[in-house]
Amino acid sequence: MSLDTLTRPWKAFSYGFLDASAKREMRRKILKAIAVPGCQMPYASREVPIARGWGTGGLQATLTLVNPGSVVKVIDQGADDSVNAASIRRFIARVSGAATTLDTVQATIIQSRHRVPEEKLRADQVLVLQVPNPEPLRPVEPNMSVARQMHADADYGRMWLQLYEQIVRSGRVMQGASYPSLVNGRHVMTPSPIPRWDVPKLNMAKHLTILSAGREKRLFAVPPFTRVEPLVFDDVPYRVEDHAGLTCHRSGARGVFMNEIPQEDGTSLHEVSDSQLGVKLLNGEAPGEMWYRDGVFRP
Amino acid sequence: MERAAPRLVRAQPLLRMADVSKRYGDVVALEHVSAEVYPGEVLGIVGESGSGKSTLLRMMNLEELPDEGRYSLDLPGVPEHLFAMDGYARRMLRARHIGIVYQNPHLGLLMKNSSSGNVAERLLVAGERRFSVLREKAKQSLEASEFPLERMDAPPIELSGGMQQRVQLAKAIALEPAVLLLDEPTTGLDVSVQALVLDTLKRLQRERRITMVIVSHDLGVIRTMADRVMVMRRGRVVEAGLVDQVFQDPQAAYTQALVHAKL
Repeated sequence: MSLDTLTRPWKAFSYGFLDASAKREMRRKILKAIAVPGCQMPYASREVPIARGWGTGGLQATLTLVNPGSVVKVIDQGADDSVNAASIRRFIARVSGAATTLDTVQATIIQSRHRVPEEKLRADQVLVLQVPNPEPLRPVEPNMSVARQMHADADYGRMWLQLYEQIVRSGRVMQGASYPSLVNGRHVMTPSPIPRWDVPKLNMAKHLTILSAGREKRLFAVPPFTRVEPLVFDDVPYRVEDHAGLTCHRSGARGVFMNEIPQEDGTSLHEVSDSQLGVKLLNGEAPGEMWYRDGVFRP
Repeated sequence: MERAAPRLVRAQPLLRMADVSKRYGDVVALEHVSAEVYPGEVLGIVGESGSGKSTLLRMMNLEELPDEGRYSLDLPGVPEHLFAMDGYARRMLRARHIGIVYQNPHLGLLMKNSSSGNVAERLLVAGERRFSVLREKAKQSLEASEFPLERMDAPPIELSGGMQQRVQLAKAIALEPAVLLLDEPTTGLDVSVQALVLDTLKRLQRERRITMVIVSHDLGVIRTMADRVMVMRRGRVVEAGLVDQVFQDPQAAYTQALVHAKL
């Protein structure tokens, strides 16, 4: 036996960029987060070669989960081709050797900012959401020590008060994204700034969702088959965005979440927010099973 | 001065504090203080600044714990020794059974939320989740506090001091608390507004038979509102008794000085 057989050649960085102790910590925190759905777990949040606030939390979770057999998809507000999504995708492939894809159906790990893909995720897929602000109580309680106590007591009355104020002032709930949701009947989480359209996709889903905030150093999770219930009043039902009747001007798709493109004449055009779904439809390919059919959510 | 007829009270006190002491370092805030309040009764606590009256009120509100002493509320399902309860149980008990009006409205109100929202918050803590019911009950509470309903959605920060106190009062009575604690509720208000707030409190007490503990350094307020009075000085009770008896024939030298200074 020689020293060569017991050691590995020197490398500039560990597999998947993060060193072993960082990944071990992440794995432990992810397991804890899965064990207590919706509960925020603090973690060290290492430096990664992108700026804080640009998806460092999601990237650390992805780098912990990735292996050479993974197929990684990265989206930014539904688009695979934005600079941020493309850079993160290339970086993950470079440090892990994992394959990348734009197709939701083929991916095993989907890192996303602000959207859940329109095609249904399976049990063998993991959704990693980048979260800018993990604390749902921050708008109602700026003191984070008090907020932690409120989580411990499940004292969420003020979250409903926030909705009450919106209805009183505007006649309807104005919360567009980050809609506060009760996970597994216990912890209220902010499901990252996904639109209201996407929140039902997390409820009793087959896939695991990991939500990670690198700047705030907290992660939480929605395990498969876990209840995710948007906070609502008993007599004011939850409503998703009214996009069912809109048509994509490029692909002709209907009944999915749309981006609005204002025109110079004051009108608006709409296009599919999930860009790869739009490409599939333009190419005449059949999409995978969809969460929404004709604009109606079908769990 | 017009006073309500003496109220008949039950033999069993609703609120009982026994032998409560509290020190902050070398400063004695409370020393072996005991107090009992009977259902439907108004207990006034007077004393100079630093006498311990507000500390005692905060303990009644379970915001603060003593170094020693016992506290009980004679309510079904409520444990006998309230100071021994854990933090969560104390907060829940406070939310459901105790209402408080602070001298400083900033302590009791969310100043940028609507006034009706402030009242609704209290109901939300108790688990009410119907918007229409929250709205209606907030309206009723504000109305009972003689708050102008056309301003029910204005945030307290835009209201006068008197109106802010009415919002606090509406919030405090929204869940029909077993005990209503009032910490200098009229201090800082001008005399005419003071009289209006006191009238509202008196009417509520008369109509709803709310058990109240009112802390004030203003003997006039105590005289108007309370059935019994407790005079405190340097953390101790120097004299206690029926309001008329204490004010007309004070026994302790400090009470005599207080009464004569006032008069």
